Amino acid sequence: MTLLAVNRVTKRFRGLVAVDNVSLQVDAGAMFAVIGPNGAGKTTLFNLIAGVFPPDTGTISFEGERIDRAAPEHICQLGIARTFQIVRPFAELTVMENAAIGAMLRAPDMDSSYAQAGEILRRLDLWDKRDRKAHGLTLPDRKRLEVARALATRPKLLLLDEVMAGLRPTETDRMVEILRGINREESITILMIEHVMRAVMALATRVHVLHHGATIAEGTPTEVTRDARVIESYLGAEAFA
Amino acid sequence: MIAELFAGVSTRARVLLVLLAVVMLAAPLVLDRYLVSVLILVCLAAYTGQAWNILLGFAGLLSLGHALYLGLAAYISAGLYVHFGIGPWLGVFPAVAVCVAVAALLGWLAFRFRIEGVYFALLTIAFAEVARIGFDHIGFTGGAGGFFLPVRSEDQGQWWNLRSGPTFFYYLALLLAAGAFLLCAVLRRSRLGHRWLAVREDPEAAQALGIHINRARMSALLLSAGMTGIAGVFQAFYANNLFPSQIFDISRSIDLILAPIIGGVGTLFGPILGAFVLAPLGEVLISITGAIGLNAPGTKALVFGLFLMAIIAGVPTGLWPRLASLLRLRSVGR
Ligand SMILES: Nc1ncnc2c1ncn2[C@@H]1O[C@H](COP(=O)(O)OP(=O)(O)OP(=O)(O)O)[C@@H](O)[C@H]1O
Ligand SMILES: [Mg+2]
Repeated sequence: MTLLAVNRVTKRFRGLVAVDNVSLQVDAGAMFAVIGPNGAGKTTLFNLIAGVFPPDTGTISFEGERIDRAAPEHICQLGIARTFQIVRPFAELTVMENAAIGAMLRAPDMDSSYAQAGEILRRLDLWDKRDRKAHGLTLPDRKRLEVARALATRPKLLLLDEVMAGLRPTETDRMVEILRGINREESITILMIEHVMRAVMALATRVHVLHHGATIAEGTPTEVTRDARVIESYLGAEAFA
Repeated sequence: MIAELFAGVSTRARVLLVLLAVVMLAAPLVLDRYLVSVLILVCLAAYTGQAWNILLGFAGLLSLGHALYLGLAAYISAGLYVHFGIGPWLGVFPAVAVCVAVAALLGWLAFRFRIEGVYFALLTIAFAEVARIGFDHIGFTGGAGGFFLPVRSEDQGQWWNLRSGPTFFYYLALLLAAGAFLLCAVLRRSRLGHRWLAVREDPEAAQALGIHINRARMSALLLSAGMTGIAGVFQAFYANNLFPSQIFDISRSIDLILAPIIGGVGTLFGPILGAFVLAPLGEVLISITGAIGLNAPGTKALVFGLFLMAIIAGVPTGLWPRLASLLRLRSVGR
């Protein structure tokens, strides 16, 4: 079953075509990765899905319903949560409060928001830091907090924008394990932008490759990494990180 | 619900809070008329400080024109009393309603056209200035010459018309200050309060978590304006005279925000502590400058300003966070 359908979407910034006629379908339960070199338009694609701005042309549907003109808060309410590549924690609030604000979207009251937030912080290894203000966290912890906060809204689809960036290999492996758990146990579909190929290969059921805003390949991780154009434009340069 | 509020508050803090309540309740029994009048100023500043703090401290919107709501409500309730014999307990409703309506207009303009940050502050100033100039020309409420509430000895003791002595006004002000404090404490823990904090910290991130930015901001603005309006009604019947050049003036707007700034923006106790520091300081300055014959206009404002600069330079987050950690009152968890 298709959960998210992006259909021939284009987005221009002044002269620049950031996303160029891109189509993709994310099946329910999938771990879908979007890869591509810097400036390929990956984050712009996420912003389009999350409703930050509408596409110039093309449509986006979630569970069969058009969302390409919906506001970000509405899209979150429908069940799509996103993290920000450049993390945006609520700096002056505690880690716990950050997660509880995510959880209150669906929790009946604040007590249960905090209870749910606590569970999610445990899951993301942030429980011990729950009373710290978010601005005091290290970058890896802030990345985890981004995931925790988005997850707390109990999404059907989780958009992760480079949550592995800046993590050490052991931390990456741990995050891979956490995401796999979220996908399998909570049956949350994951659409992730990822440069860390080690994580992509470990997690993704399907990979979509963007270059200069346009799609150059899509397939299973093994198919994509054998694709001549992908090797030339992306993997050749970045190697297997 | 009150008991719930104290969950997670340290015993030390509870004891101090009860102590403060007892002292404040007993104060008029031991203090003279003058000191009671100073305490009225303290309570009023604490109350308006909480109202303003909801907007900046919780929702992250800087208003430099809150005198607008003070003045509007003061004039409306006074006008209704003087011209139609409608007492303040009834007059407070239309007065607050008008404040909320004007705030809604301001909010609509600001949020619709994305007027943010400094520009939002400028818009609040503009609204207050329009009211100040407008009321200069409204003959019905005395225009620039001022509007006066009759102070007749035969009315004395009519508490239902707020024609009472200082002790009555004191307890009323105390009630307002305590009520605003409790309300803010409840809000800080509520869903709405969390929405405000999220929008204050990062509107875009809040929106991505399903929070409607403008609804959150609007609710804070309306509540803050309405609460400030109640203080305006108090002000009208306490002072018995209103001048557009005073009550709508930018300096009045600044007065309203000093207590939370000195005490700590975004904290529950900041406005209270700030009020306790500032109102007496103002009185002390008046008497000192008077005693040494320094009556040059602006002396008080100058010393006040220097004091403010010293505090902001020394403790930029306000006195309360510093004091709370000194007294080890920080509560854990939420
Ligand atoms: N809001 C914006 N306004 C103008 N240009 C933008 C905006 N957002 C992105 N761009 C431009 O669009 C192009 C695609 O950017 P985008 O952030 O989507 O790339 P990306 O694939 O996420 O890259 P990275 O791997 O570096 O995160 C870039 O050239 C970028 O400068
Ligand atoms: Mg990006």
